[in-house]
Amino acid sequence: MAAAMSYKGDKKSFWVRYIAQIDLQLMVIPALLLIFIFAYLPMYGVLMSFQDYDIFGGFFNSPWVGLKHFKMFFDSPEFWNVMRNTVVISFLRLLIGFPAPIILALILNEVAHVRFKRIIQTISYLPHFLSWVIVSGFVMSILATENGSLNILLDKINLIHEPINFLAIPNYFWGILISTGIWKEIGFSAIVYIAAIAGINPEVYEAASIDGASRLKKILYITIPGISGVIIIFMILAVGDILSAGFEDILLLAKNPVLQDVSDVIDTYVYRVGIKNSRFSYAAAVGLYKSLISVVLLTIANATARKLGRSLW
Amino acid sequence: MKTINPDRIFMILIYAFLIVMSFVMLYPFWNSIVISFNTGSDTSLGGITFWPREFTLENYKVVFQDKRMMSGFVISILRTIIGTAISITCTAIFAYGMSKKQLIGRKYFMIMCIITMYFSGGLIPAYLINRELGLMDSFWVMVIPNIISVWNMIIFRTFFVELPEGLEESAKIDGCGNWRTFFSIVVPISGPVFATLSLFAAVWHWNDWFTASIYITSDHLMPIQTLLQQILSSNIMSEQMMQTNAAAQGHMASMQNVTTKSLTMSTMLVATIPILLIYPFLQKYFTKGVMIGSIKE
Repeated sequence: MAAAMSYKGDKKSFWVRYIAQIDLQLMVIPALLLIFIFAYLPMYGVLMSFQDYDIFGGFFNSPWVGLKHFKMFFDSPEFWNVMRNTVVISFLRLLIGFPAPIILALILNEVAHVRFKRIIQTISYLPHFLSWVIVSGFVMSILATENGSLNILLDKINLIHEPINFLAIPNYFWGILISTGIWKEIGFSAIVYIAAIAGINPEVYEAASIDGASRLKKILYITIPGISGVIIIFMILAVGDILSAGFEDILLLAKNPVLQDVSDVIDTYVYRVGIKNSRFSYAAAVGLYKSLISVVLLTIANATARKLGRSLW
Repeated sequence: MKTINPDRIFMILIYAFLIVMSFVMLYPFWNSIVISFNTGSDTSLGGITFWPREFTLENYKVVFQDKRMMSGFVISILRTIIGTAISITCTAIFAYGMSKKQLIGRKYFMIMCIITMYFSGGLIPAYLINRELGLMDSFWVMVIPNIISVWNMIIFRTFFVELPEGLEESAKIDGCGNWRTFFSIVVPISGPVFATLSLFAAVWHWNDWFTASIYITSDHLMPIQTLLQQILSSNIMSEQMMQTNAAAQGHMASMQNVTTKSLTMSTMLVATIPILLIYPFLQKYFTKGVMIGSIKE
């Protein structure tokens, strides 16, 4: 005990202890090195956005330009469009995409047939394991103007007479994007809520049944309050992620240039100007702007949750 | 009049909803499978929804005879196996070290890891780093930057911390060091967590098309998903593909039956089959894995 307490001021004992556990240290050092290289080194992007980064000069020889790139982004004609799309798409995801798996979990919980429930769950997980490339392929095939299943269906029930080119109409894009996202992730996201519901004490339900509560009443007054803790935690995480309005899905679904006005979000914009046009400093500045807002939002969401008695930290 | 029990209506609605939902989930697969087994020329006449009208294996023949597709398939398999094996091994070792209370600096290492979950340099600096490390147009760009996953480390660590202490102590008494203990005692009893995380890592590697699309330029290193993405976005199935096949087969006539759409569908299904094959076997594990992952805080 005495030795353990005194090591702080005693360098020798620190190194003795360190050497004694060198095999343990060797388990973590290489990994920490990789984290340093691939997660910490890129953080110089924060500094890069205040420079006119020159690929040949590198970080040390590039001139500092202050807030130039930020100003350029705020003044650019794309700014309002990109911001609007990012905010609207994120907001729609939160409003419709977030509750969807909760609703599915609540519905599945009412199913008494274990077999049926398991089959439905297996089916609902499946799309999560597909790549966005495949999913976008499905979407393009189903929504195709010529012989797409949706056009065939709408034609058969006499709702339309001319096939619609769904993926070339800006008004439909947000709807298609949000629905596709729900299709892909609803089942998988529901897992945590299903597990949380399973943790609720069954006696509470029995007591409610004796009092004559209907199924709907039980959902509203027992199940939903019972999983509210989990819902709040996931809500905070979703809010912190709010500006990541989807990257792969938008990149893959918004192929038609007509859609750029409604599909361009911060991440796709960074990709386009950064990787495609090689404007590294400008793209890094836009990326940094996004991270800053995300951190602020996460902090606000967490503070709100703390008031409700739940928080991440 | 008979009174209708509201609970009964409620149940009917629920079952109806779930059946409709399952249909919506499965239909895109089914439709693609049907189109991939239908002759292309017939598909373009329209109306193919639930059953193939003119059954054929021609589409699959073309895909399996295309050199680019098959090399993409091989690259994807190699990448998935190598990437998953290295990543899971290194992350598990890291997590085991991090699970030991006596590890000096443990708290700081943990903070260092957690920070990366909330902040990142972003796409552009990561791109520049990989470029400076000489990873451009290399197979390893798809493996090395993703070796350590902090998320997986935390799940592994949660699992290792909960292992009964006695097990490891007896190994220590028998003279095992930390590495021996890890490989001969801890790994064999951690099957479920290894299975879950390997599944997730493998699925990620198999499905990732973006890394290759920005870092890789050589055709022979392209994974199948990236090739597929190129096909879908250009909307022109490589004419080369059709020609090589026609030449190989020696008759052009059969080629009329293959179209861009039918080929795209069969390629998509070929790129999905490996996942459809492993997923049912691992399903029982991943629910648990997701739970550990989500309650980490």
